[in-house]
Amino acid sequence: MKIAIPVDEKSLQSNVCVSFGRTPYFLIYDIDTKKSVFLDNSAAASTGGAGIKAAQTIADNKANILLTPRLGENAADVLKAAEIKIYKTTTASAKDNIDAFIAGKLPLLNEFHAGFHGHRGN
Amino acid sequence: MRIAVLSGKGGTGKTLVSVNLAAVTKTSTYIDCDVEEPNGYLFFKPENIQEEEVSIRIPKVDEKLCSGCRKCVDFCKFNALAYIKDKLIVFEEVCHSCGGCIMFCPEKALTEKEKVIGKVQKGTSNQVTVYTGILNTGEASGIPIIKKLLARNKPESDKQTFIDCPPGSACIVMESIKDADYCILVAEPTIFGVHNLAMVYELVKVFNKPFGAVLNKCLEGENPAEKFCLEKNIKILVRIPFDNELGILNSNAEIAVRKNEKYRTIFSSLLETVKKEVHHETTSNS
Ligand code: SF4
Ligand code: SF4
Repeated sequence: MKIAIPVDEKSLQSNVCVSFGRTPYFLIYDIDTKKSVFLDNSAAASTGGAGIKAAQTIADNKANILLTPRLGENAADVLKAAEIKIYKTTTASAKDNIDAFIAGKLPLLNEFHAGFHGHRGN
Repeated sequence: MRIAVLSGKGGTGKTLVSVNLAAVTKTSTYIDCDVEEPNGYLFFKPENIQEEEVSIRIPKVDEKLCSGCRKCVDFCKFNALAYIKDKLIVFEEVCHSCGGCIMFCPEKALTEKEKVIGKVQKGTSNQVTVYTGILNTGEASGIPIIKKLLARNKPESDKQTFIDCPPGSACIVMESIKDADYCILVAEPTIFGVHNLAMVYELVKVFNKPFGAVLNKCLEGENPAEKFCLEKNIKILVRIPFDNELGILNSNAEIAVRKNEKYRTIFSSLLETVKKEVHHETTSNS
């Protein structure tokens, strides 16, 4: 089973990134082999729809679980279609959240914010 | 002559200024481009309303033809497409209707479908033709509605057109002022007012539009917006005093110039000043 987490740095000890779509990297952690892979998030630079593209990346890398502090509606739709389960991170470090998830201590994330469309506001 | 009325945020008097200018002009057109929250019609209460829907074109996939090559997903720079579990997902609110994916699909699996995003209303209120753009909630961009509103109103030299712009300085505002001959920036006499004024000031400068400022809700004493205008050498077209009567007329959705001679005078003279400014611009540019 593979877990995806948006992270600020390419390390297991890294903090979880506050933004799913704009995170610089994704950590893909394989629970069975305990191997970590770090992916560059190509969506980070896009003008709009970053969450959709980031979710596509997660799905393409065959993650089954996403741990994230928050998520937009559109990204959530992509992940649901891909049957990826979404849990809410509760502490800062990626490693601690993985441990908490394995111990069954992370809550499911079920509130998703509306998209920030490129044209609204300023 | 097309005059755009702008402000950095809502509630500064943008609608007050554009509605009253249109109402004080002999024959005029008022266009409400604040499509997310149009309110000019509340004042004009236009009659003989004609309505027209505005739709955009978005892609629709024929799953039988789609090979899953993902060329469309990679092409869409707005990330409106995702391909999950052998299915293409189209995010209609994110799509900008560029049509690129349809052109690029090697299997011809994508076709256009129409999606209604809002409407345009036309009506009359005495001598004023009133246009209102309305964007349905949840839609990403009101720009197609603004395009429709403005395309309907090719400039006629004998008729004055007043464009009530959306607040802010985002691309929807740029679309609204693109063809304007003159821009009126409305500002309040506060520090926040200056911040908002600075925003639209930068915008009209980028677009190289002639412009002037209307200072609204003016009180005795310090006026940071006025100071900003003097520093930047912005022409102050008029100072509208803060007064209760105007506030009440406004909150009752009455048009001040139709109710009270005092405001009639203020807005007529503003109109004359603006006309002179526009005239000055056209003669000095030719
Ligand atoms: S480009 Fe056409 S064939 Fe390829 S994934 Fe998109 S819709 Fe399917
Ligand atoms: S029409 Fe343009 S914006 Fe819309 S999905 Fe296709 S490529 Fe993306």
